Amino acid sequence: MASTLEKTLTVAVAGNPNAGKTTIFNNLTGARQHVGNYPGVTVEWKEGTLRRGDLRLNIVDLPGTYSLSTFSEEELVAREYLLNRAPDVVINVVDASNLERNLYLTTELMEIGRPLVVVLNMSDAARDRGLIIDHHRLSQRLGVPVVPAIGNRNQGMDAVIGAVLEVVNSREHLPGPADQCRDAGPGPGGLSAPSRPTRVNYGPDVEAAVSRIEALLPDAPHRRWQALKLLEGDGRVLGAELPDGVRETAAALGAAFAAGSTDDPDILLARLRYEHIGRLCDEVCRQIRGNGAAALSDRIDRVAMHPVWGVPIFLAMMYIVFTLTFTLGNPLMDLIDRGFGALGTFITGLWPVGSPSHLKSLLVDGIVGGVGGVIVFLPNIVLLFMAIAVLEGTGYMARAAFVMDRFMSKVGLHGKTFIPLLIGFGCTVPAIMATRTLETRRDRLITMMVLPLMSCGARLPIYALLIPAFFAPRWQGPVLWMIYVTGILLALGGARLLRATLFRGENTPFVMELPPYRLPTAQSLLIQMWTRAWLYLKKAGTVILGAAIILWCLTFYPKPPVGYVPAGSPVAFGQMTDAGQRRAVELSYSVAGRVGRALEPAIAPLGFDWRIGTALVGAIAAKEVFVAQMGIVFAVGHADERADQLRAELRERYSPLVGLCIMMFALIATPCIATFAITRHESGSARWALAQTFSLTALAWIVTFAVFQVGTLLKLGVS
Amino acid sequence: MPLTHVNEGTHAILKSIDGGRQLRGRLAALGLLPGAQLQVVQNSGQGPFVVAVRGSRIVLGRGMAARILVE
Repeated sequence: MASTLEKTLTVAVAGNPNAGKTTIFNNLTGARQHVGNYPGVTVEWKEGTLRRGDLRLNIVDLPGTYSLSTFSEEELVAREYLLNRAPDVVINVVDASNLERNLYLTTELMEIGRPLVVVLNMSDAARDRGLIIDHHRLSQRLGVPVVPAIGNRNQGMDAVIGAVLEVVNSREHLPGPADQCRDAGPGPGGLSAPSRPTRVNYGPDVEAAVSRIEALLPDAPHRRWQALKLLEGDGRVLGAELPDGVRETAAALGAAFAAGSTDDPDILLARLRYEHIGRLCDEVCRQIRGNGAAALSDRIDRVAMHPVWGVPIFLAMMYIVFTLTFTLGNPLMDLIDRGFGALGTFITGLWPVGSPSHLKSLLVDGIVGGVGGVIVFLPNIVLLFMAIAVLEGTGYMARAAFVMDRFMSKVGLHGKTFIPLLIGFGCTVPAIMATRTLETRRDRLITMMVLPLMSCGARLPIYALLIPAFFAPRWQGPVLWMIYVTGILLALGGARLLRATLFRGENTPFVMELPPYRLPTAQSLLIQMWTRAWLYLKKAGTVILGAAIILWCLTFYPKPPVGYVPAGSPVAFGQMTDAGQRRAVELSYSVAGRVGRALEPAIAPLGFDWRIGTALVGAIAAKEVFVAQMGIVFAVGHADERADQLRAELRERYSPLVGLCIMMFALIATPCIATFAITRHESGSARWALAQTFSLTALAWIVTFAVFQVGTLLKLGVS
Repeated sequence: MPLTHVNEGTHAILKSIDGGRQLRGRLAALGLLPGAQLQVVQNSGQGPFVVAVRGSRIVLGRGMAARILVE
């Protein structure tokens, strides 16, 4: 095998947000990708592999950024990666329909000194906008290969790979960086493959200053970039280890520029870069007709972002998402449910009827009942994530942020903070990671603290179990919607409270790009759905399986002795003949029963008994465990229609008001362990995670208490 | 005059930004720097702004727009 002789190259994919970077990455790597962490900064990243002959390309999807400054965590990560990991080639994905702005990052990437391949993505969208780009000319002017591609139709990927390999080969066969222009003849796919990037010429004054700083720096491919950043006064570069005198020289030169101009050095350089790009674009772009696509996008926005209609449209979209999640998911769920029912019956059949085997109970009630009860909700989860992927992929998410800005600014946050909150409907963990797009730590912390109030997909199984148990079909949609809205309102209220107490000060300025509307590709939707489904199944097979086994043990042991006489019972346990009665006594005697009963005084004012108490404790491991635990508590693992039987048991035992209270409590209380861990990680301190857990649990208690007591007083849903 | 006074559909040239280094740097990367030509795409009198600059649409919060001077 050639595996030992294989050569590995690292390729980083960089680009602006919305430039189609991830689509290109998906096209190149297919399903061969995994999520990893940047060591040190531990920010999530995606890595995939691609094989070409004896070459192995490790492709890394960098976070989308507009520049390589350090105004957000994402920019910092992308920049540190390029500097410290020094990838063999950088693929810069550029949105052809928005060339000028996208080339800004390109100029910075060229300065950082890694070999570059520019992918001119969405060339079809550019054509729709009446724009023709001469990519040969662009390639010559930039001095790097430029490959046109249409990511969402998977066109041009071979040419991209060809250009990457060409760049690598040309570097290997050249004696050194000093070697000048190679023959600029056509490369693979008729590309010209020029050998040396053309740098931005900042004009004599700046160039002289840069040369002076450069002369003081040790030789490195990114020396020019370093000098430019020093001139700009970049805090990170200034903070790094530098030879003597460099800081002073850079500061003096920067001050001289600031004195002679209305702009600070960084703005001056940004302007010079844009001027350079402007000349470049004039040369390579031809506008052959009006921009029809943008006009259409603007027309849609006139409705979607209407000052009056924007909000109802957004709420209606949310309503459709949740209704679809349910109606489309239900037939599939029934199917999975029947499958697990049949499995339970089959396993039960391996033992003689009425066998007291512990193993049988573990398999049927613990594992099939517990894990099966959670896997049943897979269709719901996948549909919900798909809906979120569609909202993101079409560009509507940014409109939602725009529409919600008016409300968010009332609570002291800006519209962009709404995007992590929306992702929170899927799963709190990626949503907390998405707070990285926020610029200030204050906004990040506030968003993180209230994020668990956005009802995540794992809580959906709880609602999916309880709502049909207690509410007539025509009320099911509205009840679910109301739960989500309650979560949103509590999150906004919580943010307002935090803003007025712990985090005072002026609002962070709201700046966000509004991407044009696009049709998301089936491939990207499928990859996202598949990733989510797989993560959910993995969780069911690990955390939830473990929790189910532990919870089963806790509900099964210790066994009451034959002579045990429960309080209020005339006969001892050994004399009981009714199976239901025996089961209830056993459960109450078990560890779970004791924990639940110990909690009972605290949760009785909420209308909860000890059974609900044990299930809520289980939900701390993962919210779905509540459902698994209810299945175990009511031992319905052997029925054919398991979910329905469990619902019948619940209906018999609890009132609709209690059902609603359970959902309220599950919505608000104690984030799951994974949320605790990610909050600790992202806030950098266990204090925030603990504060989150305790305050949310207290809030849950208060809200549920109010709902239950008021409901009882008004006799609402008590029978 | 501040960007907040510019009507929908009107073109303007960015004069200056009243803000810290951080903010000006972020806006510059998006193409919003002194001398840039922009067009107000949406200004409904309340809520955030949409401006078109260098071929892209940028949303600016109202507070933000008040700090951008144009002519």
